[in-house]
Amino acid sequence: MALLEVTDLEVEFPLVRKTLKAIHGISFNLEKGERLGIVGESGAGKSVAAFAVLNLLSKPGRISNGKIRFEDVELSGLDAKSMRHIRGNRISMIFQDPMMTLNPVLTVGTQMIECLKAHRKISNSDARELSITKLREVLIPSPENRMKSYPHELSGGMRQRVVIAIALLTDPSIIIADEPTTALDVTIQAEIMTLMLDLCKTKNLGLILITHDLAVVSQVTERILVMYAGRVVEEGLTRDVINNPRHPYTRGLIKALPQENKPGERLNQIRGTMPSLGAIPPGCAFNPRCDFADNACELEVPDLMGADSHRAACIHMDKIPAFSDEEAGK
Amino acid sequence: MDYLYFAIRRLLQAVLVMFVISLIGFSIQDNLGDPLRELVGQSVSEKERQALRDRMGLNDPFFIQYGRFLGKAVQGDLGNSYFFKKPALEVIAAKFPATLELVIGATIIIISFALPFGVYCAIRPKSWFAKFIMGFSIIGISVPVFLTAIFSIYIFSVELGWMPSFGRGETRDLLGWNSGFFTQDGLVHLVLPSISLASIMMPLFIRLIRSEMMEILQMEYIRFAWAKGLLPRRVWFLHAFKNTLLPVITVGGVQVGTMLAYTILTESVFQWPGMGFLFLEAVNRVDTPLIIAYIIVVGLIFVVTNTFVDLLYTWVNPTVKLVGQKS
Repeated sequence: MALLEVTDLEVEFPLVRKTLKAIHGISFNLEKGERLGIVGESGAGKSVAAFAVLNLLSKPGRISNGKIRFEDVELSGLDAKSMRHIRGNRISMIFQDPMMTLNPVLTVGTQMIECLKAHRKISNSDARELSITKLREVLIPSPENRMKSYPHELSGGMRQRVVIAIALLTDPSIIIADEPTTALDVTIQAEIMTLMLDLCKTKNLGLILITHDLAVVSQVTERILVMYAGRVVEEGLTRDVINNPRHPYTRGLIKALPQENKPGERLNQIRGTMPSLGAIPPGCAFNPRCDFADNACELEVPDLMGADSHRAACIHMDKIPAFSDEEAGK
Repeated sequence: MDYLYFAIRRLLQAVLVMFVISLIGFSIQDNLGDPLRELVGQSVSEKERQALRDRMGLNDPFFIQYGRFLGKAVQGDLGNSYFFKKPALEVIAAKFPATLELVIGATIIIISFALPFGVYCAIRPKSWFAKFIMGFSIIGISVPVFLTAIFSIYIFSVELGWMPSFGRGETRDLLGWNSGFFTQDGLVHLVLPSISLASIMMPLFIRLIRSEMMEILQMEYIRFAWAKGLLPRRVWFLHAFKNTLLPVITVGGVQVGTMLAYTILTESVFQWPGMGFLFLEAVNRVDTPLIIAYIIVVGLIFVVTNTFVDLLYTWVNPTVKLVGQKS
């Protein structure tokens, strides 16, 4: 049985006039120590799905249907006290912008020690020692001094390391990272991703990496979930999905990446934009932007099809051509 | 060291502000009636008046008079009150404890109600109690302070007879401070005036605290605090509240000054023997030195509280760099 099992998860935002559905029934599993990537454009519902797992949805969002099982505990509808025991203890989160994640008026030390004290009976001095150890694990120089620092005294990369150290404090079994490198410089991005990959491997940590950066996902994760307009449109092993995408949306995302051997050339892009939650087209939500679409695509929402290791939600998936060598950038 | 440098700079700014206040205050002297009429009455002839004017230096050019005034002012001499025939500063100092008492009383009331109410309204904005407080605070903001004062006198003193309607009550010395805080009679007299003075600031503070805190509760670091599995009280009262305090302190400091201004109204309704009441009397009597002294003393209190607030702000908010600090 998987460590985390999400089944038919639906999230909706009841507004004054109507209710918007952000997630239309997605399912995925995470095994112990597995690294799963969730990719998609802004507005696809990736972050909402992640926040739903820990019931941290922004108001008025709520889980309207589905099951979230973690180590035999059902997380949806869990009481506040038991949920607190999971949050930051068994499942940790890393947020997008390290400039915004740490409280500006509290020292790094305070923000680390409070997390430990929330979950264990531990003395202040032991909590301090353990925090320093974790800061050292994320390669922060002179961690003793950094404990006394305020967030604004650290660089963006250092702050994200502190956030990662906080996420690791209680030795969780899953870390959910919501675009952990998007707000950082490119060089720092690589450092942080390498650090996270190393930590996950050495500690056998489960990782759910939410990102729109396919390059990052392909280097770090073992499995990928591609989301579009609140649905999973493709899932499979990372190398299968990247090398041989079966959904036109995934194919478009990969083709949109800049390729090293074609400098100066115009980048491919998927025409149009992601539909807003209130205006999702009938049938396959991607059909107005799809090069392979025909009338049949507008009739009904396709299910995920294909072998268990690589499935896509496209009725024309067999007609999607494989990447030519040139398209694959080889 | 940095703090000292900051404090010195801040002090120099304060001196500059005080200089401007004194200039404005002193320039009133020439435009606020004839001091001679108040001093000597009808029976003195015009020739004697001129001689007296020369002797008092009232015929000298403005800046020479101002220079003389300033020279004495820095030595703590703001001239003699025409009416009391005593140094103006001494007269004000005698009334100051009563006003301070009122401001402290009102501040205690504001802090002990506005903080919990504001925080509650931010945490539970949809509860009926929060809606009641917000509705009530609109009324509080709209009703002028003298009306609140008169109504409270009518209800609690005239109709119910629970509270004294005017005056300061018995006072007692404690550690060199003569105050009504130390006697039961003094405290009872303090209740209604403090409440009326507080009523003007309270709604503002409740609304300020509520809106600031609601905004803070939307911040990413608050969501991260929840994601760490912290107890709600720690997220609300440490993570959110400490950030809420910053703007509240800034506004609060300025409001202390405004509150001093409102003591004039409160004190005159309650016949409270404080600085504000004294000032109104001084205006009626065209007691120019006393008026000027009052303006300068109140200006000084403004400057001192604002300097204090700045220092407090740098202490609460670590991201504020002190002026001139090397990073």
